[in-house]
Amino acid sequence: MATAEHPGAPPADLPLEPEMHPLVLNKHGLVSIGDAIGGVVLNGQHPRGWWIGFLAGLAMLQILAISVVWLFYMGVGIWGINVPVAWGFAIVNFVWWIGIGHAGTLISAVLLLMHQKWRTSINRFAEAMTIFAVMCAGLFPLIHMGRPWFFYWLFPFPNVAGVWPQFRSPLTWDVFAVTTYFTVSLVFWYIGLIPDLAALRDQATKRWQRLVYGLLALGWRGSAIHWRRYEKVYLILGGISTPLVLSVHTVVSFDFAVSIVPLWHATIFPPFFVAGAIYSGFAMVVALALPIRRWYKLEDFFTDHHMDVCAKVMLATGFLVTYGYFSELWMAWYGHSLYEWGTTLERMFGPYGWSYWCLIGFNCAIPLTLLWSKRVRRSFWMLEFVCISVLIGMWFERYVIVITLSREYIPATWGRYSPTIWDYATMIGSMGLFLTLFFLFIRYMPMISITEMRELLPKKQGGGGGHSIMENAP
Amino acid sequence: MTTPHETNGHGAVSEPTVFGLLALFDDAEAMCEATRKASAAGYSRMDCYSPYPVGDAADALNFPKSEMGAVMFIGGITGACAGFFMQYYLNAYGYSLNVGGRPYNSWPSFIPITFEMMVLTTALSGFFGLMALCGLPRYHHPLFNCASFDRASRDGFFLCIEASDPNYNAATTRAFLESLHPVSVEEVPE
Repeated sequence: MATAEHPGAPPADLPLEPEMHPLVLNKHGLVSIGDAIGGVVLNGQHPRGWWIGFLAGLAMLQILAISVVWLFYMGVGIWGINVPVAWGFAIVNFVWWIGIGHAGTLISAVLLLMHQKWRTSINRFAEAMTIFAVMCAGLFPLIHMGRPWFFYWLFPFPNVAGVWPQFRSPLTWDVFAVTTYFTVSLVFWYIGLIPDLAALRDQATKRWQRLVYGLLALGWRGSAIHWRRYEKVYLILGGISTPLVLSVHTVVSFDFAVSIVPLWHATIFPPFFVAGAIYSGFAMVVALALPIRRWYKLEDFFTDHHMDVCAKVMLATGFLVTYGYFSELWMAWYGHSLYEWGTTLERMFGPYGWSYWCLIGFNCAIPLTLLWSKRVRRSFWMLEFVCISVLIGMWFERYVIVITLSREYIPATWGRYSPTIWDYATMIGSMGLFLTLFFLFIRYMPMISITEMRELLPKKQGGGGGHSIMENAP
Repeated sequence: MTTPHETNGHGAVSEPTVFGLLALFDDAEAMCEATRKASAAGYSRMDCYSPYPVGDAADALNFPKSEMGAVMFIGGITGACAGFFMQYYLNAYGYSLNVGGRPYNSWPSFIPITFEMMVLTTALSGFFGLMALCGLPRYHHPLFNCASFDRASRDGFFLCIEASDPNYNAATTRAFLESLHPVSVEEVPE
């Protein structure tokens, strides 16, 4: 590693691996990168798109506030949940949001370890998306509890009753998995932000900006010794976040798979859930990146090539997910279980059959036919359309899974489920929470890593020649 | 672990008014080359400052390997053990529940939380370890007294030889730094 710097090695500006696509366009230098990315935050000039997105998010957030207040006043009876479908929208939205969050960790951690340099411009953005998506996800189990003020009973804490959690339950695993995931994502994101906050502190002209970014930068001064430690921490965080992201959605799938409900009790659930999470997460990243790069004129950093690569990841994970649907079908038929096959037929042609075909249409038919075309992958409207289709399709996937509860073994326990207006209000409200936080983030934090973009610059433009983090972090 | 690089200004007792001499270079290569020469000339209390990580600079400062791997490894192992034994103790002794006749110590069911606890403590020990070893957060540092030091987070590559270095001498050290073809050399007031 780092052979280019040592005597006898090839000249320093000879790239170790040929870059087919430039990841930074238009001959940027160290200063112009800081001005382009930091300027968005420091100058306070915001395009109309920002206001539209932020105000739409804020309006939807008010719906969340109203529906949560009403929920706390009335109880979970305002939702459509019942027995047998006790989970309903709350769990559908929980799994949907946490799945969306996974793309952020995947981009920042897995692609880091795999030396995928194109990750650099979208990782900050995607990590922020992770944090906000996990916040939205975490909201649902909490408000679904019925008595949310006792949420701390989920954790092991000494209490007079001498009662402790039951650690053999996947629901307890979920508590630890989601809180760990949130904390680690936050640490990863903040450590990545520290040098950028220091750059903003030094670049800012207004006093409050120097003060706020200065405090948040924790006194970072770019010492070579500190950098060496920093890169090691960053590398190890990437290394542990990779199994973490897989484990979190695996644990989420255990919430279903450990039960004995037909079609839930399947070994394919963990990998199938993880693939679906990556699928919807990349869809969200691209769906947000496309308009934002246009509003903020950041096409030099979020290049068409980035969008193209993300779309290819969606294509691959889309096929994994489709394979999962096929495998469920096949195993139910081939396994000769009366209940599995009967539930499959109910799922496809029963009272909720329309949702199954929505899932197949939005998740498989539309994206997997369109994404093959390079024209689609490079077109604003077509790619945005495909991403939204995937987001809807992945929501229906969780709906189809949860609605299985309506018909399982004994016909006497069968029931129907229909969401109420408060179910929809809470769901739309959670999108409002996400959008509000996200637009505040792009307003006040650098949405692309300034430091990593500088490293990505070729050496003759003053950058680090796109070194890989492994080289500097022994 | 004590590092000679972590003076943080406290070591400058002998020279209370000056923190050191700060040389600015155009690019990372020149900064690393200057650091290697300064190291060869016998300077040890110095540090480089750059807007992005430059591994060669840390090598030239004789800091080939950071402690963070060990810190995070110990943190992670501690968290994994604590996580496992918490579950073992609470479910086998603290509040033993018979669930379907399964053993009280159902260790396979304890693995997910053990793993999550390991990841959590690794990440937290990484963050707090980094802060502690780097002496951060820190409200002020003498280097920020230099106006040009703002460029350390933009496009400046700096080498600072600190006044606490045994070989430091205001005149000869400045002459030495000037000989390395920097853009500028300035004194850092304490």
